[in-house]
Amino acid sequence: MNETIPDNAVAARMATSTPQAVALGFETVSMGVGRASMRIPWREDLVEDPVSQALASGVVTTLMDHCSGMAVAAVEEDRFPTATLDLRIDFMRAAAPGAGVVVEAHCYKSTETLAFVRATAWDSDPEDPIATVQAAFVLNGPQSVRPVS
Amino acid sequence: MTDRLKAFLDARPYAQFLGLKPGLVGDDPVLILPFSPHLIGNTALPALHGGVIGAVMELSALAQLTLAHPRQGPHQTIDVTIEYLRPGRPLTTHVRAVLKKVGRRIANIQVEAWQESPSQPIAAMRGHFLLGPES
Repeated sequence: MNETIPDNAVAARMATSTPQAVALGFETVSMGVGRASMRIPWREDLVEDPVSQALASGVVTTLMDHCSGMAVAAVEEDRFPTATLDLRIDFMRAAAPGAGVVVEAHCYKSTETLAFVRATAWDSDPEDPIATVQAAFVLNGPQSVRPVS
Repeated sequence: MTDRLKAFLDARPYAQFLGLKPGLVGDDPVLILPFSPHLIGNTALPALHGGVIGAVMELSALAQLTLAHPRQGPHQTIDVTIEYLRPGRPLTTHVRAVLKKVGRRIANIQVEAWQESPSQPIAAMRGHFLLGPES
């Protein structure tokens, strides 16, 4: 995860300039070629159930979608996902009470038009995941509107 | 029905963060997500964040299951498959869940989200849910 990627402004902007990512408090942990890791610190207003105090599964969904998109953008310069085509999420368990969540995503294959990503989310131990994702993204074409910061 | 849906949403801080409201379409309870700038995931289009749309569809499934099959403990999401059909525009989104099969322990639920017309859904979801404990 320590390889530096080409100067990819689109990927770098994704954590800081997306209103929903800012509202949830996403932080970039690291980026490599086709790889991205992000985390979200725990916050009281983002829990699903005030009794369990676990971050809502929807928050994990959004972090996984976002981080997966970032892994796609980190494959090479000037390629970025324009849309999530589908996202399959398996939830192994709820996040621990009061715990933040970390996601690591890997874009393991991309074609002219599509990118395929796997991602895993955990709270304290990557070997004890909260959720896993399999996702497909549509890539930008020559006519795509570029994201602006 | 909307009172119970409102109670479901009021009990969940994350539903308040999203700004979800209870609604009815015909006799069916629906979740209503009014547009708000903090829900944007793509500023260029602009479009709602795909994760938000997925999260609301999952909450809609859990809400529908809770209304029809209340249990002592909360229901849990096992897996979901989200299909994105159109960009979520900066408009009000409606989400309706249909319980396809509710067994003793597992429920299969399908959900659709739309904005201007139910015949033009922006996203669909299918998923499995673990029913909460009886007591």
